Amino acid sequence: MQSGGFPWLTLLIFLPLAGAAALFFLKETSVRMVALGVTVADLLLSLPLWWLFDASSSQMQFAENVLWITSPPIHYHLGLDGISLPLVLMTTVLMPLCVAISWRSIDTRVSSFMAMLLIMESAMIGVFAALDFVLFYVFWEAMLIPMYLLIGVWGGPNRLYAAIKFFLYTLAGSILLLVAILALYFQGGHTFDIVQLSQQAYSPRLQFWLFIAFFAAFAVKVPMFPFHTWLPDAHVEAPTAGSVILASVLLKMGTYGFLRFSLPMLPDASKDFTPMIVALSIIAIVYGAYMALAQADLKKLIAYSSVSHMGFVTLGLFMFNQQGIEGAVMQMVNHGITTGGLFLCVGVIYERTHSRQIADNIGLTKPMPQYATLLVIFSLSSLGLPGTNSFVGEFLVLAGTFLWSKIAAALASLGIILAAAYMLWMVQRVAFGIPLPHQLPKLTDLSRREMATLVPLVILVFWIGLFPNPILSRMHASVTNVVARATHRPQESPTSTGQITPVVKPVPAAQTVQSTEAPRP
Amino acid sequence: MMLSAHDLFAILPELLVVFAACAVLALDPITPSSKKDGLAWLSLGTMAVCMGLTAARFGSPTTAFGGLVVVDNYSCFWKLLLYFVTGLTILLSFPYLKEERIYLGEYYGFILLALSGMMVMVSGTDLLTIYLGTELMSLSLYIMAGLKRADAKSLEASAKYFVLGAFSSGILLYGISLLYGSAGSTQLPAIAAAIAGRSLDDPLLLFATILIAVGFSFKLAVVPFHMWTPDVYQGAPTSVTAFMAVASKAASFGAFMRVFVEGLGGVRANWSLMFLLLCIGTLILGNIVALVQTNVKRMLAYSSIAHAGYALIGVVAAGRLAPAEASSAISSVMLYIALYAFMTFGAFTIIAMLRKGGLEGDEIEDFSGLAKRHPFAALLMLVFMVSLAGIPPTAGFIGKFYVFMSAVQAGLTWLAVLALVFAAISAYFYLRLVMVMYMREPGAVTALSPRFVSSPALTIVLACAIAGVVFFGLYPDPIVNLATQASLTLK
Repeated sequence: MQSGGFPWLTLLIFLPLAGAAALFFLKETSVRMVALGVTVADLLLSLPLWWLFDASSSQMQFAENVLWITSPPIHYHLGLDGISLPLVLMTTVLMPLCVAISWRSIDTRVSSFMAMLLIMESAMIGVFAALDFVLFYVFWEAMLIPMYLLIGVWGGPNRLYAAIKFFLYTLAGSILLLVAILALYFQGGHTFDIVQLSQQAYSPRLQFWLFIAFFAAFAVKVPMFPFHTWLPDAHVEAPTAGSVILASVLLKMGTYGFLRFSLPMLPDASKDFTPMIVALSIIAIVYGAYMALAQADLKKLIAYSSVSHMGFVTLGLFMFNQQGIEGAVMQMVNHGITTGGLFLCVGVIYERTHSRQIADNIGLTKPMPQYATLLVIFSLSSLGLPGTNSFVGEFLVLAGTFLWSKIAAALASLGIILAAAYMLWMVQRVAFGIPLPHQLPKLTDLSRREMATLVPLVILVFWIGLFPNPILSRMHASVTNVVARATHRPQESPTSTGQITPVVKPVPAAQTVQSTEAPRP
Repeated sequence: MMLSAHDLFAILPELLVVFAACAVLALDPITPSSKKDGLAWLSLGTMAVCMGLTAARFGSPTTAFGGLVVVDNYSCFWKLLLYFVTGLTILLSFPYLKEERIYLGEYYGFILLALSGMMVMVSGTDLLTIYLGTELMSLSLYIMAGLKRADAKSLEASAKYFVLGAFSSGILLYGISLLYGSAGSTQLPAIAAAIAGRSLDDPLLLFATILIAVGFSFKLAVVPFHMWTPDVYQGAPTSVTAFMAVASKAASFGAFMRVFVEGLGGVRANWSLMFLLLCIGTLILGNIVALVQTNVKRMLAYSSIAHAGYALIGVVAAGRLAPAEASSAISSVMLYIALYAFMTFGAFTIIAMLRKGGLEGDEIEDFSGLAKRHPFAALLMLVFMVSLAGIPPTAGFIGKFYVFMSAVQAGLTWLAVLALVFAAISAYFYLRLVMVMYMREPGAVTALSPRFVSSPALTIVLACAIAGVVFFGLYPDPIVNLATQASLTLK
């Protein structure tokens, strides 16, 4: 590894935690600056990884491995590959923005709020960097309490309900994950090491049960279609920074889990479950989009659009081909940037009008031209306009799906059409609508702080949209590795197939297609 | 049998504790009430000395009194835990007794007597020795539960505890006598030899096993023998509740596992099934009933019932695993109880020192907006609650992790799933307290609004508890190794 032994990841994870501890000893007046300083320092610390990363290798890089618990052997094992690197960087980019957007809107218990944000950052980076299953689980669960408090203490009027609903849904989902980890330990050669566990073969029956256990944890987090009901509540009630973290990072952990654990460890079961996942993904894409059309609340609209967009990610992951998975990872990053941007926009307007209803925020182009411009950019990115980032991810996912089943691809593209409908309709009203005379408020345009919060994401929208190769090339080797692992053994009719009704007939020839060079738009 | 110096040396810590207890009781009448703290310091000093003595014995097992008592790693582990908890109880009692205006020197005497009973329980290898220890512990606790003499609830707790406790002791003794009739001895190794190769087809052995299990189930507060727990926990002075919930449970688990693994190991498959049923009932009832409690002490009483259920998972697993592998399951139980001690004691400490007028603020409503008024106390309570719910990175997660691991190892994956489902349910009521503390506005501040009374002794107690919860949550290696070594001596 080229890290030269420098503990990049440990520093990245524990710098925010140390910052959170320091906040307790500071005056309320200085905590905002310190929190911003810590998150920016973490961002600066993470940037060199982008260039130090060796794109030609599918190995874990910047690895650190220390024995943490002797019996059973649990390691403090960290590392990044081309899949987790973009996600870690996305997290470190978003966190300073979350601090900045909360500058004025959070005015009670500021130091606790900032401490929660910093603890979240530690846990989120930890989840993406952990290479020991128990370590992963610790980070995964450690996020629950800070997020619960973020929603419950600083949230909207219905925050108590939303907070406990979020907490219980995610906790209940991860129950089976812990049991699955323990079962893997005894079946997979008495190790918790993710890399080693990914190289073993498990019996079809065990794979079937483990897949269900993983699915419960990850599907709730994504959230996939029948498990999504916590998401609109949590998004609407959470403070802006909480919504950004939820949408941009937390949801990715579910899909990251599928990609890191389900596909490489349980290839046979993953294939058996593909029709179900595809069906749920397409339902999520279409249903989420339809629900978004009907929303009068901006945050709810974006929340349902998240359900729809995350449907593309799960769809792409289970295509077992290079395009699908690369598209899914791209879509994970893009959704983080675009939806993060949209939630920041809603936060900005909420600070001014104290309403998230579309009806109360009509015709903002006149009073706030800069704001309206940025809102339109993020909306166009969200609907996948070519030239913006989301187009790249969705195009790759659809290309991958097309190889697997033309019908599935056709159904999934409905989501893009519907996205255009709800996003443009929203933009039409919020940006270009004509407000009632008494409603036209005296709004001030973006302040310098707000501009600085939103512009970095706009730059990313166009940079990834026009020039996605740097990200794609870094993930290429790692994705090839996953695809090879997931398809390398011919499927021997596992015992469990009878229990799943294929909803979409797979095209057998398409399954063998792999590692064709992804088309570059 | 002659008393030899070797025998006396083996039970030196017990002797010291009993001596200190007698000294406290004798000095109490002649100590002016302004100097009663001295008695507490005497007790605390005894703990420190005993801790040193027992720690020095770790690793060099010996038996005494012709095999009635054993000093092995297993008993040393429990004793160290008991000294630690007793020390914390004494420290908590300083400020607590002042607030409650209980100026009774014998309070410390009874704590030490109860402790000596517990020490005998965990080091006895003869059923009668264990029984004597159990009685010594229980009798002291009956009295301590009623020490708030002006409070009807406290007296009720004492009476209830005594009646049911005496009843369970009778059942235990009856079981011991039947086992003596069946195996011809009360010494655990002799019993193990006598029942080797026999099964529970022998009705005498069957009844003996069941009755002994029932007797211990009362002490462990396992469903359906838990009825006394909520009332006693709620009525007793909170420092005593903390002591009972932690120390008495630890000692009972120590004796219980020794009896069933060392003495009745031959019928492990049978008792494992029996405890499986008790375990499921305990998990279900403890967690479900805790959901509807409005009093924090009562809620923690049901939570302690539920935690006994989690610990029982390890016992069930130990019964199903081959004897060579069972020690990992036993160590998971020991670890669970040790870690449970930190968080439960911490939680009870906060409750004890949340005062409302002259009374305890032990209703959930009393915690409203605590985060605003006493942010530090609320933060500690948050950590204890999260740990009790078993969410990483706290000690509670480590305890559950090892117990569930032994369950999966024993092929009881479904039991681990069931227990985790109830862990998720339990998170709801633990977090309700967090919700009340952090997300509800405190009412208008009056003379009666709850406030947290701080003192140096209390700071030490809370620092120990929180340090245990956080440190062992992040780096459990030391205590895991200790439990593993200690469990190896139990055969």
